[in-house]
Order: sequence, then C-alpha cells, then structure tokens
Amino acid sequence: MDALLPLAHGMAVALQPANLLYALIGVFLGTAVGVLPGIGPALTVALLLPVTYKLDPGGSLIMFAGIYYGGMYGGSTTAILINTPGESASMATALEGNKMAKAGRGGPALATAAIGSFVAGTIATLGLAFLAPWLVEIAVKFGPEDYFALMCLAFVTVSATFGDSPVRGLTSLFVGLVLGLIGIDKLTGQARLTFGVPELLDGVEVTTLAVGLFAVGEALYVASRRRHEPEQLEKVRGSLWMTREDWRRSWKPWLRGALFGFPIGALPAGGAEIPTFLSYAVERRLCQYPDEFGKGAIEGVAGPEAANNASAAGTLAPLLTLGLPTSATAAMMLAGFQQYGLNPGPLLFAERPDLVWGLIASLFIANGMLLVLNLPLVGLWVRLLAIPQPWLYAGILVFATMGTIAAKPSVVELTMLAAFGVLGFLMRRYDYPIAPVVVGLILGPVAESQLRRALSISLGDPMVLVQSPFAATLLALALLALIAPFVLKGLSRFRAEED
Amino acid sequence: MSTWSKAVIAILLAATVAVAGCAGEALAQNDLKIMAPAAPGGGWNQTARAMQQALVAEGLAKSVQVYNVTGAGGSVGIAQFVTTSKGDPHQLMVNGLVMVGALLANRSPVTLDQTTPIARLTAEALVIVVPASSSIKNAQELAAAVKADVAKVTWAGGSAGGVDHITAALFVEKAGGDPSKVNYIPFSGGGESLAAVLGGKVTAGISGWGEYEGQIKAGKLRAIGVTSAQRLPGNDTPTLREQGVDLVIANWRSVVAPPGITPEQRADLIALIERMAKSSAWLDLLKQKGWEDDLLAGDAFAAFLREEQTRVKAVLTSIGLIKP
Repeated sequence: MDALLPLAHGMAVALQPANLLYALIGVFLGTAVGVLPGIGPALTVALLLPVTYKLDPGGSLIMFAGIYYGGMYGGSTTAILINTPGESASMATALEGNKMAKAGRGGPALATAAIGSFVAGTIATLGLAFLAPWLVEIAVKFGPEDYFALMCLAFVTVSATFGDSPVRGLTSLFVGLVLGLIGIDKLTGQARLTFGVPELLDGVEVTTLAVGLFAVGEALYVASRRRHEPEQLEKVRGSLWMTREDWRRSWKPWLRGALFGFPIGALPAGGAEIPTFLSYAVERRLCQYPDEFGKGAIEGVAGPEAANNASAAGTLAPLLTLGLPTSATAAMMLAGFQQYGLNPGPLLFAERPDLVWGLIASLFIANGMLLVLNLPLVGLWVRLLAIPQPWLYAGILVFATMGTIAAKPSVVELTMLAAFGVLGFLMRRYDYPIAPVVVGLILGPVAESQLRRALSISLGDPMVLVQSPFAATLLALALLALIAPFVLKGLSRFRAEED
Repeated sequence: MSTWSKAVIAILLAATVAVAGCAGEALAQNDLKIMAPAAPGGGWNQTARAMQQALVAEGLAKSVQVYNVTGAGGSVGIAQFVTTSKGDPHQLMVNGLVMVGALLANRSPVTLDQTTPIARLTAEALVIVVPASSSIKNAQELAAAVKADVAKVTWAGGSAGGVDHITAALFVEKAGGDPSKVNYIPFSGGGESLAAVLGGKVTAGISGWGEYEGQIKAGKLRAIGVTSAQRLPGNDTPTLREQGVDLVIANWRSVVAPPGITPEQRADLIALIERMAKSSAWLDLLKQKGWEDDLLAGDAFAAFLREEQTRVKAVLTSIGLIKP
C-alpha cells in the first residue's frame, strides 16, 4: 500500500484547475474520435503532439490519457446504435449491443456500457497504481510460446461461442485467417497474396474489414429485407435507464470484464481485442438466460465494454514502468513523453513522481468525467434510432465510407470496404457469424509470428510449445473448450435416449 | 443533440488548431507539404513533424502541412510521391535507411533514384544489448558465440530487412559467421523486442539507443556496444569498432524532393533545409528527441544515398531476403 501517499500527491496535481481542463478536453476529443470509425485515438494524439509542445508535460499527458480513455468509450456508442464499431475493441459490444438497440433497449445498453466502463476503468486504474510493477515483472516473462497458446485459446473460444455451430464459427475464423495472410510476412519480409498491389503490402486494415462486415453488410441486408417485411420501427421500450434487473445482470460481468481486460492489456502483445472476446465468450457461458444471447443480452454488452476499458489502463502499466508501448496510442503517448525529454521506464517513477502519479490520478478523474459526459447523452443518442431506416442506413453508409477514406485515402481501400460489405451481407444471409472473421484477421498474424518466433528461438524443437507451464495450461484449456461442446452434446443425447 | 455536440467539437478543434497556428509568426512566403511515408508514431513521422515545428518557428515557411501515407516501409508513400508531386517544389518527403531496405525487399518499381535528394538530417546510433543475467559481457564474447554456432545466437529487433536486421547480419559477417544463417527474430516496434530481451528469451537485442536507454540505466540490460564511429557523448558504452568488430552503421533519416524540379528550385530547397538544420529551434528539437545532428546536403548526400543503396543491397542479398 506504499502507493497511497504518492497517489494522494498525484490527486493534488490532477485536481489543479488547468489539469482538470486538459482532462476535460481530452475526454471530449477522445469520445468524438472514438465515435468516428477510422480516426482513432492514436491519430488524434499524433496530430496534437506538435500542438502540445508548448504546454507543460503534466497537462498534455493528462490530456492524452483522456483521449485514450475517451476513445475507448466513444467507440461503443456507434457500435451499439448503428452496429459500426468505432474501434476494433468495440466489436464484441456491437454483437449484443446493437441487438438490444433494435429491440428498443438502446438506453440500458448505452448505460451499462458507460457505467461498466467507469467501474472497470476505475478498478483497472487502481490495479495500475498498486500492481503495475509486479504485474510487469510477470508480463515480461511471457514468451512467444505463451502468446501462441493464448491466441489458440482465443481462437477456440471465439469460434465455439459465436454462431449456431462451431463448424460455422470455425469457417468464419478461417476466412479471417486467410485475410490475415495478406501482406508482408513479418518474419521474412516477403509479400504474400498481394497480387502486385502495393496498398495490400501492409495487409488488410482491421477497421476496414470490421466496418465493411458490420455496417455495410448490415445496410445491404436491411435493404434486401425491406421488400419482404414491412418496416417495423421499434419504439424505445420502457425506461431509458437501467432497471433493477439490468443492474443485477450487469455488475458481475463488469467485474469479470475488468479481470480479463487489465492483465491481458498489460501484456506486451496482449491488446484490447482478446479480453473483449474472451469476456463475451465467458458471459455467454455463465449467463442465466443463454437464449437471450444473439438477441440482445445485457451481459454481452456489460462484460466486453468493461474489458475494453480495463485493457486501456492495462496498457499503461508496461508503458509507465518499462517504456514499452503495447498499442498504437501508447506508442504515441511514449512519443509525447519523449518530446519533453522524459523516458518512461523504471526510473521515471523515481525521477518524476509528480508526473506519473498525476497522470494516474487524472485517469480516475477522466473516468468520472466520461461518466458524467456520457450518461446524459444516452437519451439524445437513442433518438438516432427513431430516424426512418432508409435515412439511417444511408447515413451509416456515408459515415462508414468517410471513416475509411479518412484513415487511408485510396481506391483500393474503398474497393475492399465494398467487397467486405458484400461478404458481410452473404454471411448474414446464410447465417455465418461475422465476428470470427475479424478475430482471425487481428489475431491470425500475431499467432503466426509468435509460433514462428518460438520455433526460431528453440531452433525448431516443437516441444517448446508445451514446456512452459503457462502455455501448456492455456493449450489444455483451448483443447477442452474445443472438445467440450461435442462431448456435452453426446452426453445429452445419451441421457435423452435413457429417458 | 448532434448539432450541439458537433458545434462544441468544432470549437475545440478550431481552438487547438489556432494554438498550433500561433506557434510561429509567419514571415516567409512559401507553403510546404511534407509527406511522412509511415504511420503516426514512427521516426519518419516524428522527423516530419519536427521539421514542421522548426520551419514554422524560424519563420522559414509560411505554413507546413505534414501528412502520413502508410504502407510497406514507405513503398506506398514513395510511389504516390513521385507520381502525384512530380515537378512540385513545395513538396518534400522524409525517408531513411529503412526505406532503402524496404524498397529493395518489396521489389518496388519506384526507387529513391527517382527522387531529388535534398539532405540527410539525423542519425541514430544503434546499440546491441544482452539481458543483465547473460554470461556475455562484451562484443568479443558475442562474436565468439556467433562463431561457435551462428544459429544458436538469437537476435531480437525491428522489422525484417530493417536497420536492426542489417546490423545483426553485418555483425555475424564481421564475426566470421555465415550471414545467411543469422537467427534474427523480427518484432513489430521497439517495445515487443525489448520485452523479449528483458525476459531473456533471446541472446541479444538491437535497437536505437533511445529505446533501450531506460533499461540500460536501470541495470536490467547490458549494453555491449554501440554502432557509431565514436562513443556517444556522455555515454561510456564502448563502440563495436574499438572492441575489434569493425562495424559502423547508423539509422539515418533524410529528406527528398519530387522528381522534375528545376536546378534552381532544388538549390532553393537545399538552402532552405540547410538553414532549418542549423537553426536553434531544430537543434533544440534534436536534443529533446536524442537524435544526432548528421547534416549532409546536396550532391554529397546524393552520393551517400547511392553508396548506402549498394551496401544495403549486398547485405540483404547475403541474408537471402532478396535474390541476386
């Protein structure tokens, strides 16, 4: 608990009026850019770096942290309302969140996302304050084989959880894995499946795929259904606010989401996607109302949103204690530190405690501000859903296209967006889950690199993959998760025959 | 709601832009556009934005706009640069050693020969580190390990074919090993490779001095040699050369103009960049970022660029990344 005193000092720094203002600007900008697909927090911080050069280091870093948290927050709003995840980490939120919105429960969905983010963000920031150095010691021990095992677990849980059957989930996953092969092979520098198109050398952009599959695919699907089914506008049912039942069903997923998000976010190659999907998978298993999943279960929003925000705090742990940026935004924040001649790392806590603890303290404040900023907006946001469908979806298409162009202005990118839109439409039409495709694209290349790194380090000995106890445990869990559904199915059939 | 919040966002954005605009009093008449052919976050982006800051602060340019074109170590950026900016003396592109390697490895149809070289600006020495717990104490011992079995020495660093990879290959070659057998494990960005070295997963790590500095000072990594010709100022890490491994390499960054500009326009740009590179605003920025001033302008830079292309091509061929 030796972190309490410095934290109190940090609070004093963060509560200075100027710093409060920076935090406010940060969370506001962050929320705004999180809402727009394509313009992420990393780009925003990059654009602001030269601007903040003249500000004092504490203030601008506090602002950057606000942007980071705000971005994680804002991404969920569009995911829930119009099925367009602003960030890849909000994809899991879109799955149930959008279903809730369509069933007239957009208000509670946004509320549980906002409160869950606040709760998990606060828990994770506490974790950052008290556990960071210890956690990082462990994270560094994580070798390529452990990452590979973690990815395997993520693949299995995702494909087994989404969709009606594991086979369909796996099919989607493999589509994503193939897309992930496009581009320069990270280990040998050779181009794969690029067909001479230079824009493909860096691979398929995750946001392009996600926006294409989710938003454009959805718009096409809705358009195709219109002739057959009369438009039914779901009125916002019941309260905008969460009911007692909603609270009861949300609080455990919030806590579990934080437990997934923070440690995995702190891993040097963890990221925000794995914890959100793991959280979704776990909530689906644990939910008392499994039938609701796929139709708008509040647990499926609460858990992933909490995990998403907790992982943002998690990434700050290696950044502050080791100078290890583990996400694009963290890398920009590192550049922000360096612009003041500060090198995050083991010495920063000793050299500039005011700065570090001021930053950590301001994360609590940013979290509170986000809640205050977002909850009143819920009522306004849900009115978006009252827009007649043709207008809404036309708007979504414009929005999706603009976001893609903003991120990467090229014809190839737009063509891909359109192609993924058609793919998303077909997958929806024939009942294939779309989330595993995106997971495959994100994690496939990582899993491949880690596997090959592990083998390269062991000079080709495959035993390295199971020698680390951690990797062995994860792989065993993955195997279990893959086999369990079949075994359970077999058992239940067996029982049914006995009756 | 949306109009209200959009208005607030617009005001906030406008305010931040206005703050940026006030940073320097505009004196000069020229507008410049600088392409950083990489994502925000990397060295080229930082170089471009530092140039923007210095040019505006010194009143050398009325306005400077930096834009990022990401892709394949700059291959996408340079292709766009030579076609769309052809003959435009208000356009510049930041590049460096990494682009030389990337263009060769990607068999890019566009090469740096198609641009108009302006000046080399900075250089960053690389450092080879081992985990503090490693039995290897200096460059000689590492060279001996390499000689004993090349494949058993695992190296961690940045992308394949990049400057870290080139350095590892050159080290193996100088140590008397076969560079085609170098067991180099690329990581994306300095962060991940740092974790691999700290965790003792690899024998040695290579990166810019800045990325490992904190851990070296904290005693968790042992710096066994820098790749500069002389020791770095204020730093007692020996060079590789003084330890008997004759390897000098720096990750340099430079700026080029589009093809098809007139000799006068080229001379103007060289003069402009030279003035910027000697300004106090620029030198302050270098100090902050820990970059070494390595100014080399005009024809001398053009000659240097050709030499580096030849050298990198030879190394990448010896690793087997490009076919001869």
